[in-house]
Amino acid sequence: MITQPKTSRRNFIKGVIASGAAASSSAYMFGVSGCSNQQVSPGGVERLISLNVNGMTRNVDVLPNETLAMTLRYKLGLTGTKLGCDRGECGACTVLVDGVNLYACSLLTHTARNKQIITIEGLESSDGMLHPVQQAMIDELGPQCGFCTPGQIMSAVALLSNNPNPTRDEVRRALSGNLCRCGAYDHYINAVMLAAERGV
Amino acid sequence: MAFNLIGKNFTPPDIYSKVTGKAKYAEDFKVEGMVFCRLLTSTIPHARVSNINLNEALSTPGVLGVLTADEVTATDIMDNPILTNHPKFIGQPILAVAAESEQIAQDAIEKISFEIEALPFTVDPLESLFPGGPNARMEGNVANPGIEPEEVKWQVSDFVAAGESHLPMGSPSREWSYGDLDSAFASSVYVLEESFVTQGLSHNSMEPRTALAYWDGDKCILHASSQSQSFPHPGVASYIGIAPENLVFIAEFCGGGFGSKGGAYPYVAIPALMSKKINRPVMMRISRNEEALIGSARPGFQGRARLGFDQNGKMLAADLYIVQDNGPTNGFNDWLSAGDALSLVYTPNAMRFRGVPVLTNTPHRGPQRGPGQNQIANAIEPMIDKAARELNIDPLAIRKINAPNNQSKYGGSQTSVTSAYLSEALDQGAEMFNWNERRQRSGQRNGTKVTGIGIGTAYHSAGSNGFDGLLRIDTDGILHIHTGVGNLGTYSHTATSRVAAEVLGYSWDRCVVERGDSSKGLPWNLGQFGSNTSFTMTRTNYAAAQDAVIKIKQIAALRLGGSEEDYELHNERVQHSNDPNVSLSFAEVAQIAIEEGGSYSGLTYPDEINPMTKRAVDHLAGSGLIGVGRDNLARSGSVAALAAGFIEIELDLETGDWEIKDYVGIADCGTVLHPLGLSHQVKGGAVMGIGLAGYERHIYDPQNGLPAHLGLCHSKLPTYLDVPSEMRWGAVALEDPENPVGAKGIGEPVQGCASAALLCAISDALGGHLFNRTPVVKDMIINFTAGQNQSYGPLQISSA
Repeated sequence: MITQPKTSRRNFIKGVIASGAAASSSAYMFGVSGCSNQQVSPGGVERLISLNVNGMTRNVDVLPNETLAMTLRYKLGLTGTKLGCDRGECGACTVLVDGVNLYACSLLTHTARNKQIITIEGLESSDGMLHPVQQAMIDELGPQCGFCTPGQIMSAVALLSNNPNPTRDEVRRALSGNLCRCGAYDHYINAVMLAAERGV
Repeated sequence: MAFNLIGKNFTPPDIYSKVTGKAKYAEDFKVEGMVFCRLLTSTIPHARVSNINLNEALSTPGVLGVLTADEVTATDIMDNPILTNHPKFIGQPILAVAAESEQIAQDAIEKISFEIEALPFTVDPLESLFPGGPNARMEGNVANPGIEPEEVKWQVSDFVAAGESHLPMGSPSREWSYGDLDSAFASSVYVLEESFVTQGLSHNSMEPRTALAYWDGDKCILHASSQSQSFPHPGVASYIGIAPENLVFIAEFCGGGFGSKGGAYPYVAIPALMSKKINRPVMMRISRNEEALIGSARPGFQGRARLGFDQNGKMLAADLYIVQDNGPTNGFNDWLSAGDALSLVYTPNAMRFRGVPVLTNTPHRGPQRGPGQNQIANAIEPMIDKAARELNIDPLAIRKINAPNNQSKYGGSQTSVTSAYLSEALDQGAEMFNWNERRQRSGQRNGTKVTGIGIGTAYHSAGSNGFDGLLRIDTDGILHIHTGVGNLGTYSHTATSRVAAEVLGYSWDRCVVERGDSSKGLPWNLGQFGSNTSFTMTRTNYAAAQDAVIKIKQIAALRLGGSEEDYELHNERVQHSNDPNVSLSFAEVAQIAIEEGGSYSGLTYPDEINPMTKRAVDHLAGSGLIGVGRDNLARSGSVAALAAGFIEIELDLETGDWEIKDYVGIADCGTVLHPLGLSHQVKGGAVMGIGLAGYERHIYDPQNGLPAHLGLCHSKLPTYLDVPSEMRWGAVALEDPENPVGAKGIGEPVQGCASAALLCAISDALGGHLFNRTPVVKDMIINFTAGQNQSYGPLQISSA
């Protein structure tokens, strides 16, 4: 059996911090963006700001280090914006900021002031009619598990607002920042093409 | 059979929520007073933790409590524990801290001090099998369900005999055989022997396994990420240490599981136990890194196959040895399933299987889509092509001559199948793919690019029996189909529920699928895994509907006279066969059922149904007509789901990159229940298969045991740009005789056939070269085309 001197966890981390994986792992741990219910943070104090979300002005207390995904989900209750990775890998948290599809996990809320933010909850019209992309997603059975679906839809809406008649290849490139582990890509593209055909 | 609902598309009741953001996954719930917990996890692969000092952490403002391994429910020693002071893989949870915020909890974790003794570890099964090699656990280095932990060390001579290029084959843990293997090899005109490596793989579900728990008296309410509903329920209750009737298990939506969330897993107990301890609702959010480590993984294989063929390409003999990277717990039976799959898909006249599951200090290994069957498809299918090439046989023909049929038997116990139409799937795919013409393109050059053509086949046992069906007709005549199967994203919770509506002759818009929350009264069903739902749940819903049919007719006879045989169901009414005016609506029947009581309204029920179903019926009793029954229909064999994939690629010899030009997937899944849903499975399975064959990595540093694949970008899931933007599919659609509507499952082999087809196409483009490992990544292709040595040894794991 290998025997090593007993060590505290702190000393152990110091010892292995030079290794890439350990550093990466602990960096995520220390960098966790857990601002939920947070009153005091080493990063500063909350400030009351106004955000324009889905056409409404929302006043909300926001920390300096708070991401838009956190604000939307945990302070404004807009949980349609999903967190699959919380670090810009998967696209599940995609929202529109001034019409551009961005990862809400990688955007500080303070930088979204004075901008128009649209989330999945903001696509439905006031009379309950779904956005054409949403309706096409139903008609083509776009989602499987559905977790990445809001992000996929937001990227598709951004695409169609700039390019109302895309090719399949343009759709897949426009949505390529949105991962789907179920592999629903083909069905998602079908839905976007159908929405384009119907006219957005 | 002619159906009104089966085989037709429908709008799943849960899809509106998915496209509007209203679908609530575990992390989307919030309850009054909710606090958060974070995990302290192991940073080294095998260790013993002691002298934990919590004083500073507990005195931190906002910290509400700490849950240690000493306080959680004890599990079997070889099971994955809830928390442990003896971590056996990096990322294994040691303790949890609850606080008013995640930040406070995380900061408090940094204030915890403890002693940690590093223990011997291994991330390579062959290293552990070598004399004097490290064991992943104190109990030994070999274990599996049904195999008690033991120490197995092979002889140095085993390794010497194998040489550098082949898998050593020391004493196995399990062995079976049938036929005269020596004679079969002696009769073979061509024998090939290859050693291979298939990678382990994180499941990488998009939704990490976040959970929220709180208590209402003795009842624990748990929101969990689970692909199954009823099946995990007793196990989760056991982890929490409560009776099943005291657990409200809510899993209406699940952001992917792929096998990793199919049964009860231990970590959901952490917020439940913490909540009980601190008397606050507790949300445990799981990070992407944590999910990659605690979310389990597919076992990797180091294997060796010797295959013998006659001049027509018929496989006469197969000798398979699998060393399974089993992780540090009991793991899963992929290695055994791999042997069965080879036996069924190629039906060799004689076969021997040997294998050993070796413990490693890597994540817990659990089932992942096609567990064992898909790894072996990737290993064997390119070898089949090699045999075809040597024997000058068409790759389609060699697969057809070996394909199973309804009389085939497989494995050591020579299990029969309910149906097997792989040959028909190959024919259908060949026609759709235009195989004969495409085959002519094999090896065609276009500048630096070369065309490769491949076929892949795969299998999974896809169905079970013995579970319960439950439905209710309310006094408005609405049919409520109660299903406990789960919501993995296949929509089969509803596709299979439609069988009950079909039997009762209901219009679908007057049916409601009740699911997602155990407090709704859900029956005991198998989980949504193992490609079983289509077969298993059509049978349970059929059983419940049959019970309802009998009761409806009995009620008609009771109130309208005559005997139950005099009545038939028509347009949601029960009417006399000779006089349609003598009838009752189903709404009236439901009211009478309540008045009559007894089994009609669920006050009594068959003894044979599961206690969970009994509780569900108790919950519903008196609210309408209850149809409930155990699936006692006959089943005499394994339900063989088979699939064939056809692929054309263009491979760039200078960059190692390849592009899929066309993909066709064909499913042998019996009656098609839901065409769009099946399309999703065939294509989505292909996407995951493309990842398995060409991209996805599971890397451990052998020196320090550190993972290097934790990010989605490091693991390398396929994106839109890695797969065709359009794929094609078909179904054999020949009924399975042991299912009342002819259905059987399919979700898993549609991955394996695609991954195997891709590997065969890459091999074809390279003139038949076998890499004998997955994934085949670009630098491997470039090294081959450039005549360079590969960067890995023949049996090295963690190579890409």
